[in-house]
Amino acid sequence: MKSKENLIQFGLLLTALSTIAILLLIALFIFQEGLPIILKVGISGFICGSHWSPQQGQFGIFPMIIGTAWITVGALLVSLPLSMSCAIYLSEFSTAKVRAILKPIIELLAGIPSVVYGFIGMVILFPMVRNYFGGTGPCVLSASIILGIMILPTITSIALDSLRAVPYSFREGSLALGATRWQTIRMVVLPAAKSGILSGIILGVGRAVGETMAVIMIAGNSVIIPNSFLDPVRTLTANIALEMNYAIGDHRQALFATGIVLFITIMILNVVANTIARGGVKE
Amino acid sequence: MFKQIASILMCAAIIGCAKGNMQQAETINIAGSTAFQPFAEKLAEEFMSAHPDVRVNVQGGGSAVGIQSVQSGVVQIGMADLVTLPKEAEGLNSIVAAKDAIVIAVHPDNKIDNLSLQQIQDVFSGKVNSWEQLGGEKGEKGEKKTIAVVSREEGSGTRNSFHDLVLKGVQLSPHALIQNSTGAVKMMIQTDPSAIGYITHGVVTPDVKAVAIDGIAPSLKNIKAGKYNVVRPIFLLTKGELQGKAKEFIDFILSPQGQKTIADNGLLPVK
Repeated sequence: MKSKENLIQFGLLLTALSTIAILLLIALFIFQEGLPIILKVGISGFICGSHWSPQQGQFGIFPMIIGTAWITVGALLVSLPLSMSCAIYLSEFSTAKVRAILKPIIELLAGIPSVVYGFIGMVILFPMVRNYFGGTGPCVLSASIILGIMILPTITSIALDSLRAVPYSFREGSLALGATRWQTIRMVVLPAAKSGILSGIILGVGRAVGETMAVIMIAGNSVIIPNSFLDPVRTLTANIALEMNYAIGDHRQALFATGIVLFITIMILNVVANTIARGGVKE
Repeated sequence: MFKQIASILMCAAIIGCAKGNMQQAETINIAGSTAFQPFAEKLAEEFMSAHPDVRVNVQGGGSAVGIQSVQSGVVQIGMADLVTLPKEAEGLNSIVAAKDAIVIAVHPDNKIDNLSLQQIQDVFSGKVNSWEQLGGEKGEKGEKKTIAVVSREEGSGTRNSFHDLVLKGVQLSPHALIQNSTGAVKMMIQTDPSAIGYITHGVVTPDVKAVAIDGIAPSLKNIKAGKYNVVRPIFLLTKGELQGKAKEFIDFILSPQGQKTIADNGLLPVK
């Protein structure tokens, strides 16, 4: 009986380890393919170089790092007010019935394929941006709006869960001391749920950094450092997806090297999100 | 990426062979240029209906994949749509199977019908950035109407051909928007009144307007007569001389019937 249990335990351990093995193999593969070109160009030349034209042997991804940062910040600016007010409303004000209807609908947003978001951006958002802001349509602004909507469900549902996890006695205590409902939310509930909300935001950032298809369709993909929200940009993910089909030799390695930068960025974001979430539990 | 594609192709080839052995059929594998892929598929269909004992597998992947996979022997025939073949294609036999014209296209509402080669170079290099400077209209409120230049991604066969045939060494403006398929470029042009881009002649529809270059419109007549000369070859690449059915298939593509199929579907025949 005991040995059978051990066998099952061992089997489960193997299955669990296989996930880690896959991660390691992916990391190994990307590094093996991408490192040579980084060493050839030099880490600073690759990361801080501002010219990308692989056919002339120039491999600088700085404009794309900046582009990714602009779009991510823009998406947060669009998404944060919406998702936070949504989460606060659903957690603190709505009835259970409304919440039961609204929450699945918001989560449904996450299920819409990103090509569809991209298509909506091209057909509906471009003319609007052109008419109201100028420029040509594909730009940081368009990409930020679409990405902001795409990361809305991630941030909303994690923020909502952490707000709901704040014990009801906290609210009762605050209200009993004479605080208004809004004061209770601002000074008691939100600080108590802070770590959960923050890790939700960071996961949202991770999604924004990693999004590819929609961004290719709406960001314009020019390799320039943007000066305004109306300039087109290229993100790291877009760079890989755009050029992979045709890349040979150094060009192909440079795309894998772009992947390394992306891989490390996402890893850092996830570790930070996990640390913050764990910090919350300790408190 | 190529290794994966190559191994997928290899698996496909093995499965294909296994199947083929059962039916005593021979398999021909083709991969490469996405521009020529639909035509190769049509030609393969026709060839297979005439030769029931042969299976022709057509894969896309782009010109680079075509060159790579024929070099590594994964496929017998590679397709590439480049004006000049890169050094990776050294040692391969190349046969021109068809020709394809590249057309400069703008939004149908654009008043411009004709541009000189110099003007096109200036627009794509970013020297000229408003339609007014080309004699076009101002915006509705009299404001400057900026040109939105749309190009393809680095490495694309169409982009390389466009650079060789039209830009001729002039650098593309870094502000140009980049899209990664002919379809996406066309979509940008047909939805943005200020856009200009280049697409293959085969996909021009009334949604976009093809601009004449130095007074020569990219009509089928002008292209066939050789007057409109922004035309690129489509190569079939093989490693050494082909034997058996693969050679028969290439002969079929170059035959009057094969060339007619190519012409009927919007490309230019070579014979």
